Amino acid sequence: MTPSIAQTSLPADWRDLLALTKPRVMSLVVFTGLCGLLAAPVTLPPALGFTAILCIALAAGAAGALNQWYEADLDAKMRRTANRPLPARRMDRQSALHFGVGLGAFSVVLMDLATNHLAAILLLASILFYVLIYTVWLKRRTAQNIVIGGAAGAFPPLIGWVAATGRIDLLPALLFAIIFLWTPPHFWALSLFVRSDYAAANVPMMPVVAGIRNTRLQILIYSLILAVAAMAPWALGLTGTIYAVASAVLNVVFVVLAAAVFANRADQPSGMKPERRLFAFSILYLFILFAAVVADRWIAL
Amino acid sequence: MPRPEDELVRRQRERARLLAWLLGAFVVLLFFITVAKIGMHK
Repeated sequence: MTPSIAQTSLPADWRDLLALTKPRVMSLVVFTGLCGLLAAPVTLPPALGFTAILCIALAAGAAGALNQWYEADLDAKMRRTANRPLPARRMDRQSALHFGVGLGAFSVVLMDLATNHLAAILLLASILFYVLIYTVWLKRRTAQNIVIGGAAGAFPPLIGWVAATGRIDLLPALLFAIIFLWTPPHFWALSLFVRSDYAAANVPMMPVVAGIRNTRLQILIYSLILAVAAMAPWALGLTGTIYAVASAVLNVVFVVLAAAVFANRADQPSGMKPERRLFAFSILYLFILFAAVVADRWIAL
Repeated sequence: MPRPEDELVRRQRERARLLAWLLGAFVVLLFFITVAKIGMHK
């Protein structure tokens, strides 16, 4: 049913404002940011640590809202996103824009107030990168959108660390690299089984542009590079045994699942069980790997 | 079915209540940030 004009001109419902922030994506962002903060050698007072994580969450929400503001036309063409507040016309675009800009500005100012300038600058950079570089520039233009755009999602552990220490060190830089390299296999696995959605919306995702076979090969290649990067913190002596064991097990499973994706010959979503398995595991992978970084810092073996 | 005017007032009230809570929470947060900052510089 198409909503009436009266319905769309009503003030936005708070549930729709919340949906605009992509809460599910936010949970992973908050978790990795928290891990960066807790893995740092400096411990912040609880109030400042809480504020830093709150700012990371709000900034992620702002970036999500601005992404949905810009992509409302695209979201309307895809089944997965057609029921979001803007394509479903439960909210007007201007409200989404004001909400996103306001939330983003508030998060950066609060971060600066509570922690330090560098953390605030990185937070601002992460919002701008996601909105301008990924959403506006890359997403509709190149199949490498996810590869470069992945940097936006890689900022939180770095920001968490910098909020605590005030400087960028090697370990958070590696954590950044891990999320950066994790993003392509994670999103390409998803884009394989929702390929028709992206094709319908003319989004040049890898399976649409380069084909299913080539995407599966790229997933395997990136998984192998990710495995090397994920072992680097231990190999360089920055983490201990807990991380080494967790990372080794997780990477073996990740590469095995990626190999299963590569071996799969199905081209219909119904036959893409390996892709669904890899997508689901990749989320678990990131949660456990980052939890292991924190465990290594706090639990002495 | 509620009239559009009723729905408008309901949403405005809901939003005003939510904003009041958020502003209150922000003031409490600022208080704790200030206390933590003073503690760090002592």
